[in-house]
Amino acid sequence: MKKFHHTFRTPQGLRSAALLTAAAAALATTVGCASLPSPKELDTQAAAMIKVAFRDEGIAKVDRIQQDLAQSACSSDKMPGPETMQKVMQEAMATVKWPANGRYLGDWKEGERLAQGGRGMTWTDKTTDPKANGAQCYNCHQISKAEISYGTIGPSLYQYGKLRGVADPSSPAAEPILKYTWAKIWNSNAYMACSGMPRFGHAKLLNEDQIRHVMALLLDPQSPVNTQ
Amino acid sequence: MNKRNAPWPKAAAALALAIPLMAAAQTKSASDGIAEYRKMLEDGNPAELYEAKGESLWKQARGPKKATLEKCDLGLGPGVVKGAWVQLPRYFADTGKVQDVESRLVTCMATLQGFNADELVKTAFGRGEMANITALATWIAAESRGLKFNLPQAHLEEQRFYELGKRAFFFRGGPMDFSCASCHSVDGKRIRLQELPNLTKNPGDGIGFAAWPAYRVSQGAMWSMQLRLNDCYRQQRFPYPGFASDLTVALGVYMGVNAKGAESIAPAIKR
Repeated sequence: MKKFHHTFRTPQGLRSAALLTAAAAALATTVGCASLPSPKELDTQAAAMIKVAFRDEGIAKVDRIQQDLAQSACSSDKMPGPETMQKVMQEAMATVKWPANGRYLGDWKEGERLAQGGRGMTWTDKTTDPKANGAQCYNCHQISKAEISYGTIGPSLYQYGKLRGVADPSSPAAEPILKYTWAKIWNSNAYMACSGMPRFGHAKLLNEDQIRHVMALLLDPQSPVNTQ
Repeated sequence: MNKRNAPWPKAAAALALAIPLMAAAQTKSASDGIAEYRKMLEDGNPAELYEAKGESLWKQARGPKKATLEKCDLGLGPGVVKGAWVQLPRYFADTGKVQDVESRLVTCMATLQGFNADELVKTAFGRGEMANITALATWIAAESRGLKFNLPQAHLEEQRFYELGKRAFFFRGGPMDFSCASCHSVDGKRIRLQELPNLTKNPGDGIGFAAWPAYRVSQGAMWSMQLRLNDCYRQQRFPYPGFASDLTVALGVYMGVNAKGAESIAPAIKR
């Protein structure tokens, strides 16, 4: 403002002032009958706004807001078109790394411990090593009967294996549900584009052994999820 | 003996009374219990201390220019505080920007009191002048307690910020693919036992946007809306959002416009 006052006192300033007034009038006219940018232009503006808003903090670097297809296709209040959804699901399925030696299940007790854990991957966490992460399950799912503090964003997984008829996980009959569950945890978009569940294996949130433990919590007939 | 026995009938009566009460307590949902707990806390909300601090900061001559904030324009004219909070964020002609209460306070502290705006924005939450901004925001919000949200949308920039805020709200990223919408776009959902407001519409009086700033019991601290958003992004596993960045202001416009008609209870008290 000070600068302007100074300018206005000189003859040249007066000319500038007149020009400014004209410009302001022109702007007012423009604004008067102006309308919002097109939806596509707003998309571009929003992307630019998001890009400049963030900075690195601890382990949370700005590369975290570079979206892949699964993220960008699922970033609006509407689902993407059927072709995009197909592509997201196919790409997701292709990322699934199957367990070594076909060993799908670990220890359900470890699985329960992981399912309770909600920590990991924030800028106040020390490391991105999956060993430091919880599996976040109870945040969104009912799982065991005993834990009443569960979230409801995801479906109930109570009696997950029992309801799907998994009596003997090593039997050929159980294999399809084991494979389905493994892929769902590894990359949730494999069966449902824009799933709300994190892609635990694909995003390196859990390692193979940790996924085995969570699998056991859901599918081991001895797990309280299925016995109670 | 008599003396020792005397209390028993009383205790038995109390027990008899307690049994139906316990049965009632069992049918009561966890969220009812939490609501009851909040109700009890409201009698002694420590936010009142921050309100008092904010009011005195507003009227105190401070900063390099030794001036008060009493000429600060929060959107309803210089010095008008009552009703300002429920119309923020809004467009300000002097800065040419849409601003929320905290970015507007930075402007006023810079122009009226001579503080360095860049330094204010970089100050960590709870420290130095940032703690003062939070206290000021708390008092300003309290002056609109009981009023209904009614953000202006007449200016093109206000409309544009709503559209940008909506896009930011649904933007998925980070290692867990979360957006604001992951938790706040459907009615009646919870994380663990924490109920989640649907912020894509008016979630009701005193819920969501209409509850902040709030005193966080678990943190023992006053949280402004900027800090609320900052911690949402931390939990979304995003990088660190700039204080008063256009992104955070645009989200405020989106949530605030959606909350039209909701009664503000800020400053609230939260777990």
